[in-house]
Amino acid sequence: MKIIACIKRVPATDAQAKIDASATSLDTSSLQYMTSFYDEIAVEEAVKTKESLGGEVTVLTLGPAAASKEVRECIAKGADAGVILTDDDWLSRDCRSTAKALAEKIGELGADLVFCGKVATDRDNAAVGPMLATYLGWACVTDACELEIDGTSGTAKRATEAGLESVSFSFPAVITCDKGLNEPRYAGLKGIMAAKKKPLDEAAPLAAESHAKVVSLETPAPRPEGKIIGEGAAAVDDLIQALRNEAKVL
Amino acid sequence: MSKAILFIEHAGGELRRASLECLGAALSAGLDVTAVVMGPGADAASEGLSASGASAVCHLTGADTWSPDRAAADLAALVKESGAAAFLAAATATGKDIAPRIAAHLDSTLFSDITTLDASGGSLQTRRPWLAGKVIATCESASEVFCATTRPNAFTPPEGGGSAEVTERAASADCKATVTCTSAKESGKLDVQEASVVVSGGRGMQEEEHFALIEGLADAFGGTAAVGASRAVVDAGWRPHSEQVGQTGKVVSPNLYIAVGISGAIQHLAGIRTSKTIVAINKDPDAPIFKVADFGIVGDAFEVLPALTEAVAKVQAEA
Repeated sequence: MKIIACIKRVPATDAQAKIDASATSLDTSSLQYMTSFYDEIAVEEAVKTKESLGGEVTVLTLGPAAASKEVRECIAKGADAGVILTDDDWLSRDCRSTAKALAEKIGELGADLVFCGKVATDRDNAAVGPMLATYLGWACVTDACELEIDGTSGTAKRATEAGLESVSFSFPAVITCDKGLNEPRYAGLKGIMAAKKKPLDEAAPLAAESHAKVVSLETPAPRPEGKIIGEGAAAVDDLIQALRNEAKVL
Repeated sequence: MSKAILFIEHAGGELRRASLECLGAALSAGLDVTAVVMGPGADAASEGLSASGASAVCHLTGADTWSPDRAAADLAALVKESGAAAFLAAATATGKDIAPRIAAHLDSTLFSDITTLDASGGSLQTRRPWLAGKVIATCESASEVFCATTRPNAFTPPEGGGSAEVTERAASADCKATVTCTSAKESGKLDVQEASVVVSGGRGMQEEEHFALIEGLADAFGGTAAVGASRAVVDAGWRPHSEQVGQTGKVVSPNLYIAVGISGAIQHLAGIRTSKTIVAINKDPDAPIFKVADFGIVGDAFEVLPALTEAVAKVQAEA
């Protein structure tokens, strides 16, 4: 079985956000990066699937050449190869242009299953997975938190506001992964050493102009300084008064 | 007036608030709306929608089995046929599932979870959070069709009016994936994104069993509150993933957010920033949570929670 796990290099979630002088992009000068949280779940599910049904896993990303760090880290968890669609201007790509480039590469590589994170923790758009599935004309289940598959089809569960939906689908398919689907493993020393010898190719992504035009970026105004009402259970009455009279939420 | 196609959700005919808010957003932006409904109960939903302010209502028939790819293909076809300039849905689990597919069918970009929609400059402009709200981006679309999902609680439902004609149209047959069943969640349990009050516990609760105190306080609000959790306690397996609030969990905007034994990591603070009022209860007076809390109590959760629960129950009983 051919399996592809799509990942995205994103700013570390513990980073403060700064905006550059143009006010239309982030100040990346001091940013640390990481593999997006949900993409690690995608990589784990890809490797688990290979372990149970056989096949090979390719880790695919669109980003700068420096994303080789994140791709190698993911390969070290049990994948077989990596591909970077190298684009120095990756931060200005929108979901459409990213999905089109990934779909083209996936079409070329061929795959039975593609795993993505349910959302990247930078732009929070949750769009690339279902968009690339649509460009490919494949089945897609988003936000999967349980997955059962055989060699040609599967059933996934996804949480909605009303409960858990069971979705059945046939391969080829794109599955976007939610928390709860698995517990991503840590790469062992053996995996890290092995990953250094696995093939990691760079290719040029399909050129597709970004249609999402950023007019401006701003950081939200900080919340006004709050106040400490008091200490211990004795402060509860004052808190209730504040919630009723000042905040008017009780 | 530019035309817009809206996907409207309903539960057995009862229109969902998030979808009505989406309709409100479209009407406020001056869009000429065709509201599209499908699934069991769509007759009743169509009736409700015809007096909602929409110009037209389209009932897609024969789609009682839910297939996200079929719904997306049919909605995209409606957008193309009508020459609509915009497609909108609510940013619910279902709306967020199908909107990207519709955008791809239309070869258009998508803005998820928008919090404003404005056409006063001549073209549609929108604001949406990046990095779980650490940054707010103002954006425009260069695509032929402006596609977006509206964040729940960010827009106001329309006042209603008019009597739009309801037309029926057969859904297409091709489904790549179908929903075979839905298991309802525990009755009465609110989602942290829907609840008007969220009571969250963190590592300061010390043990899984102690969350009974958090649940007790939530219960005291009389069915309007949900239980939330920090990442630490979800990772420890004390609480389900669905309750996690923060950058790798859910972003919440309740009227009242009560953080108990949560120190306030930057990822958690990003997820609660848009709450109306924040209360923090923590032993450590230097905890970062007090920097964003409107009201704080420095103290032991095991001492403060029972007293607060009793006080809230008393207020509720008087109301």
